[in-house]
Amino acid sequence: MDLQAIWFFLWGLLWAVFFMTDGFDFGIGVLYPFLGKSDTDKRLMINSIGPLWDGNEVWLITAGGVTFAAFPTVYAVMFSSMYSALMLILFALILRGVAFEFRRKVDNDTWKKIWDICIFIGGLVPAVLFGVAFANIFQGIPIDGNGVNQGNLFSLLNPYGLLGGVLFLLLFLVHGALWIAIRTEGDLNERAGLAANKLWYWLAAAAVIFLVSSKFATKLYDNYIAHPALFLVILITVLALFATKFFILKKTWLKAWFASALTIVGSTFFGVIGLYPNLFPSSLDPAFSLTAQNASSSPLTLKIMLGVVVVFIPIVIGYQIWIYTIFSSKVTEEDLSYDEAY
Amino acid sequence: MDVLLLSRLQFAAATMFHFLFVPLTLGLSVLVAIMETKYVKTGDEIYLKMTKFWGKLFLINFALGVVTGITLEFQFGTNWSRYSAYVGDIFGSLLAIEATVAFFLESSLIGLWIFGWNKISKKAHAICMWLVAVAGTLSGVWILIANGWMQHPVGYAIRNGRAELVDFAAVVFNKFAILEFFHTVSGAYVLSAFFVMGISAYHLLKKQHIEFFTKSFQMGLIFGLIFSIFIAVEGDMHGVHVTETQPAKLAAMEAHWETTTRAPLHLFAIPDEENERNIIEIGSIPGLLSFLGHHDFNAEVRGLKDFPKDERPPVFLTFVAFRTMVGIGTLLVILTVVGFFLRKRLVESPIYLKIMLFAIPLPYIAIEAGWIVAEVGRQPWIVYGLMKTSDAVSPVACTQVLFSLIGFILIYGLLGAVGFYLIAKNARKGPV
Repeated sequence: MDLQAIWFFLWGLLWAVFFMTDGFDFGIGVLYPFLGKSDTDKRLMINSIGPLWDGNEVWLITAGGVTFAAFPTVYAVMFSSMYSALMLILFALILRGVAFEFRRKVDNDTWKKIWDICIFIGGLVPAVLFGVAFANIFQGIPIDGNGVNQGNLFSLLNPYGLLGGVLFLLLFLVHGALWIAIRTEGDLNERAGLAANKLWYWLAAAAVIFLVSSKFATKLYDNYIAHPALFLVILITVLALFATKFFILKKTWLKAWFASALTIVGSTFFGVIGLYPNLFPSSLDPAFSLTAQNASSSPLTLKIMLGVVVVFIPIVIGYQIWIYTIFSSKVTEEDLSYDEAY
Repeated sequence: MDVLLLSRLQFAAATMFHFLFVPLTLGLSVLVAIMETKYVKTGDEIYLKMTKFWGKLFLINFALGVVTGITLEFQFGTNWSRYSAYVGDIFGSLLAIEATVAFFLESSLIGLWIFGWNKISKKAHAICMWLVAVAGTLSGVWILIANGWMQHPVGYAIRNGRAELVDFAAVVFNKFAILEFFHTVSGAYVLSAFFVMGISAYHLLKKQHIEFFTKSFQMGLIFGLIFSIFIAVEGDMHGVHVTETQPAKLAAMEAHWETTTRAPLHLFAIPDEENERNIIEIGSIPGLLSFLGHHDFNAEVRGLKDFPKDERPPVFLTFVAFRTMVGIGTLLVILTVVGFFLRKRLVESPIYLKIMLFAIPLPYIAIEAGWIVAEVGRQPWIVYGLMKTSDAVSPVACTQVLFSLIGFILIYGLLGAVGFYLIAKNARKGPV
C-alpha cells in the first residue's frame, strides 16, 4: 500500500474511534432527560462518563487535525462546505463541556435545568449532525471544481442524509445506554438495560434501511462488488450488531458494549471502504472529487505524521485504557459525595 | 459587511476569548502541582487544602479553556479554507501533532485528577497534575511553533501551488517560535501569579485564613517575581528578532514613519495613518528605538514609508497595544519587587494588598494586547510575506459567517459571565 492509501485508512480509523468513544457520551446526553428521573440518577449518569468524556472528545480534535495534516484540501473543503452544520456541532460541544463542570456549582433548580438542557443538546446535535454529514459524504456533496459547495445546510438534510443522522443517533443511544448499564446499579441499571433492548430494534431497522438505500443513493457498493472479500466487513458489522442484542439479553453489559463499539467502527468502515479512494466525492462531476491522491499532503509530511501517529497513538490508547480500567466499576453514592464530582 | 471582515472579527473574538483562560491553565496547573507535591512530601493538611481550593478555581477555568479551544482548530477549515489548503502541509501537521502528543494527555489526565482522589495513590495523583501541567505546556509549544511559522515562515518550498514542507527541523526550531513560546509561557505564569496573589490579598485584607493565604501569596510572589523579570529580558530579545524578521510590524509598534538612523522612541504619540505622520509625539527619546531594535543607538530603523501602503499593518491599534503591554509589564515588575520587600508583613500592608487585588485584570489586558501586537501587527499578511489574509478566507456565504459570529458572541458572552461569576464566587468563599 502506498502512503496515501495508508493515510486514507488511518483517517477513517480515527473518525471511527471518535464515534466509538465520544459516541456513548453523546448517547448518554440524549438519554439523560429520559432515564434520569431524579437528580441522583442524573448525577450518576454524568458521573459515569465524568472522567472520560474529555479524553474521548480529543479523538475528534485528532481526527480533525489528521484530516488537516494528511489531506489539507479535504480539511479545507469539508469544513467550509459544511460550515453551518459544523458550527452547530461546535456550539453544542461547547455547551456540553461547560454544563458538566458547572451544573453542580450552584445549588439552584433553574440553574441545573439550564445545564441539563445543554447536556441534552450537546448529545443530540453532534450525534445527528455527524451522521448527516458522513451520509452526505458517502453520497457526494455538490462541490464544484474550486471546492465550493453549491448547496447549503438544508441540502444536507436530504432523505439519505437524515437517515444517516437517525442511524448514528441510534448507534450512540444503544452504546450510551449500555455504558450506563455497566456503571450503575439497581433501578437505573435496569432502565438503561431496557432502553438498550428496545432501542436495538430501532437500530436494527435503521441499519437495514441504511444498507439498502446505500445501494441506491451512493456508489459505496462498487468497491465491494469489485473486491467481494470486502463484504466480510459488512458481515462482521452485522454480526456485531446481533452480538450486541445477544449480550443485552444475557445482561452481560460490558460484552454488549464491546459488541456495540465494534458495530460503530464497522458502520464507519462500511462507508470508508466504499468511498476509497474518494475522501470527499463531488456529486456534480467525479473529476471534482477529492481523493487520497489529489488532496494529500507532500510525501515528507505524510511520512513524518505517520511516524508521530505510529508512536503516539498506541501510547494514547495505552493510558486511555488504563484510565477506563480505573473507572470501570459502578459509580456509587460515595463517589457522588466528593466535592469534585459532577 | 463582507466575509473577510466577518471572518476576521470572528477569529479575533474566538482567539481572544480562548486566551482569557489559557494562561491561567498554564500557570495555575504548575502552582497546584507544586502545592500537591508539598502535601505528598510533608503530609501537611494545609497544602491539601490549598490544592483543593486553587484546584477548584483551576478546573472552572480549565473547562472554559478547553471548550473554547476546540472551535479554533476547526475554524481554519470553516473560515480560512484557502489558507488551510495552501499551508496545511506544514501548519496542519503541527496542529495534528499538538492534539496527538499533548492535548490527549492533558484531557485524559484531567479527568483522572478530578475523579481519582480515592482511586489512585496520593503520589500518583500529584504526578497526574504534573503531567497535566507538562502536557499543557507542550500544547503551547506546538501551537506557538504553528503561530511562529505564520509570523516567520521557514523550512518550506512553494510546490504544486502551495507551501510544502522541506525541512521539519527548521520549522520546529524556528527562532521566532522559540522566543514566542518563552514570551507566552512566562506571561502566563505572571498572570497566574497575580491571580493567586490578588485572591489571597482579598482574604488577607479581611484577615481570614491568614496562614493559608499568606502561604499562597508567597508562592505566587516567587513565581511572579521570577517570571515578570524574565519576560522583560526575554521580551527585549523578542523585539530584536521582530525588527529583523518583521520590520513593518516594528515600525507600526513604534509609529515610526521615516527610515532613519538614531531612531527615536516616542513614549506617546497619535499616529495619523492617512497622512503618514504622527499628530502628537510626546516624550521622544533619541536613539532609543535604534537601541531596542538593534542594540545600537545609531542603527538604522526602517520606517513605515519604506513599505507599500497595502503592506502596512494598522498602525494605531498596533502602537497602542504595544504600549499597553509594555506599560503594564513594567508595572507588574514593580509590584512584585515591592511585594518581595513586604512578603513577611503582608497583613500589615493593606494598601499594597488592595493594589494587588485590583491588579488581577492587568496581566490579562497585557496578554491580550500582546496578541494584538502579534496578530494585527502581522497584517495584511496571514503568513508574513507569503500569503495575504484577504486571499485566505473561505468561499462561504456572508450570512453563514454572520450567524456564526452572532452565535459566538452570544455563547461566549454567556460563558464569560458565568465563568466570571463562578470563579469570583468560589474565590470569595475561601477554602473549605
